[in-house]
Amino acid sequence: MKNATIIGVLLAALCCIAAPGIAQETAKTFTFGLLMVGPANDHGWSQAHFEAAKEIEKEVAHTKMLYIDKVNPADRPGITIPMLVDDLISKGAKLIIGNSDDMKDGMREAALMHPDIYFLHISGDDALHDKTGNNLSNLMGRMEYGKMMAGFAAAMTSKTGKIAYLGPLINAETRRLTASAFLGARYAWTHVLKKPAADLHFKVNWIGFWFNIPGVTSDPTLVTKQLLDSGYDVVISGIDTTEALVVAGQRRKAGKAVWAIPYDFKDACNEAPDACLGVPYFNWLPGYKQFITAARDGKWKKQFVWLGPDWKDINNPETSSIGFVEGRALGKSQRAALATFQQGLANGSINLFTGPLNFQDGSVFLKKGETATDEQIWNLPKLLEGMEGAGK
Amino acid sequence: MKSNSIYFRAGSATLQSIPILVLAAASVSLFLFALDFSPFAIIRAMAAGSLTSWLKFSQLLSIWVPLLLCSCGLLFTFKAGLWNIGIEGQVVMGAIAATTILRLNPTSLPPVFTIIVAMLAACVGGSLWGLLVGILKNRGGVNEIFGGLGLNFVAQGIILYLIFGPWKRAGIASMSGTDIFARDLWLPMPVGWRVAPAALVTAVCAFALTWLLLSHTRFGLRVKAVGLNPEVSRLFHINPDRYGLFAIMVGGALAGLAGGLQVTGVYHRLIPAISSGYGYLGLLVVMLANYKSLPVPLITLFFAWLAAGSIQLPIMLQIDSSLSGVIQGACVLSALLVHGLRKQRKG
Repeated sequence: MKNATIIGVLLAALCCIAAPGIAQETAKTFTFGLLMVGPANDHGWSQAHFEAAKEIEKEVAHTKMLYIDKVNPADRPGITIPMLVDDLISKGAKLIIGNSDDMKDGMREAALMHPDIYFLHISGDDALHDKTGNNLSNLMGRMEYGKMMAGFAAAMTSKTGKIAYLGPLINAETRRLTASAFLGARYAWTHVLKKPAADLHFKVNWIGFWFNIPGVTSDPTLVTKQLLDSGYDVVISGIDTTEALVVAGQRRKAGKAVWAIPYDFKDACNEAPDACLGVPYFNWLPGYKQFITAARDGKWKKQFVWLGPDWKDINNPETSSIGFVEGRALGKSQRAALATFQQGLANGSINLFTGPLNFQDGSVFLKKGETATDEQIWNLPKLLEGMEGAGK
Repeated sequence: MKSNSIYFRAGSATLQSIPILVLAAASVSLFLFALDFSPFAIIRAMAAGSLTSWLKFSQLLSIWVPLLLCSCGLLFTFKAGLWNIGIEGQVVMGAIAATTILRLNPTSLPPVFTIIVAMLAACVGGSLWGLLVGILKNRGGVNEIFGGLGLNFVAQGIILYLIFGPWKRAGIASMSGTDIFARDLWLPMPVGWRVAPAALVTAVCAFALTWLLLSHTRFGLRVKAVGLNPEVSRLFHINPDRYGLFAIMVGGALAGLAGGLQVTGVYHRLIPAISSGYGYLGLLVVMLANYKSLPVPLITLFFAWLAAGSIQLPIMLQIDSSLSGVIQGACVLSALLVHGLRKQRKG
């Protein structure tokens, strides 16, 4: 049994080396685990989560983060959400944050396996539907406002009246966000610039996932190039990464009048500042703080939380879950118009989800004067009339 | 101890692999020192993450199962002298075939029956996809490497089409994957386990069968004869084309089964990356084993450990987990080098 002996010795040796490596945490420290779908430095969705979690470690006493990024089957073949959750729990995590829509099934499964551990799934709504126990909650930001501002800035700037939206995959979340960008653009076009609605073109191109997976999704760089080549002069990004802005920046250097609006992360414009009209971004700090403090203090409640901007200062890192940073490429008069628009959103005088609004197929979404409920916006089933592109 | 006993051969295979491991370990360590990482810290983190409890070890086994099945499939084709690059496509087609059955989910039948039929379908799916490679080779004169590679792309195209088209979730169009299957169609898993016992038993049986067929039957002998010298085998009335087809169909069936188990035992849905690259990894395993059966379970266990343990690198040491790919590559290159040098010395 030579081989069995050798393997036995090897395994035993490995275990001996391993044993002292197991972390010994003080009883006081509250450890939370963060699963990020993309790289922690993606200048987009995942980085926004990562930076908020690092801030939590600084601001909330006795907290410690464990994290793992690139959690998706393309980057980590064979590794599943429940496997990673097991591992984080074995290292002391008491709360697991999963930052992607793509983790919905895995988070649900893991939450059922570990009823004594808290789970926070970003962007889902399981907590509304009794699909899991009391240990799973949901958090999302009201990015509708940010996207409205993005659409507004795009339409105010566009020379051709052709605005493109680089979409990830199609679901209720992405439908409501593209629709919001469209509504913002249409408002700027018809109410501020006083141009006919028919002259505004708003096209959505979906790549198939939250970021580029070579051979699986469409390549966002190529899609952006094609859009710019066919006369769209502003590309609004809805994906986790910054390809749209990078391509627009290259074109801009070549002397073309094109712009882009990235997404998710407050410093995303830095990738190509001269082509950036601004960025609507998530600030996860207030939401994270609420849930992590509650879990640490034993005051956890299963809930669905949808946090909006702090209208007093939408860029206040402590209070505003949604913000908008204006880009260097946004003109002076456009900035002034955007400020007025933001005031209107803040005081409620502008509500873009107000009828008459039809769906893309002509059916009625909101009758004249009717405003959409949160539930209608959250579960938007189709794109809106006036938008081009697939809606489901 | 008889010189041809299984223990002796397994032992000598293990001994033979020592220079390979030493060479691989030395080159990887040098590489790590150059990057200012401690190899010991890395081994410790990887071992702690996968060997310190049954839960963690069973996670490792959940990777071992499909990798072992793919490697077994490749043993057949390598013995027949075929480079079955198309194995990835065979895994994918197995997964698609299994998903087709699981999606039908006839409620009148017991779930166990549905799962068994799905696994059989997975074998058939993988096997037929392998048969295509064989027919392209025998009838069309297309080398199995190019035919296999081409069919991998076709299989990937089909799976993407199904996930983004006919099998998409209601109201959603995403490359994320299909809807999750009903819970009774998941391979049962005891509490505290992360690998389905049925999958484990299947993989062990598949290996035992592979070893028996290849080492102790006339069929195995003929496959090997075809691989060693197709022209001479003709003199013994062995049709190399036919035995090549047999080998690739058996190999495809095992690969397809791996795909089926991934669907029902691991992901519980069909995803674009369902093969997880286990087919290609299997090629490395069998090369590292010097195309012999007996070392395969241990090498697959080692590779599964690298894959499962690699996740510790970003968590514990903030090192990119693709390092485990570097270690795998170094092992295989060392193996090829050592085998090459041995052959040269003999020759």
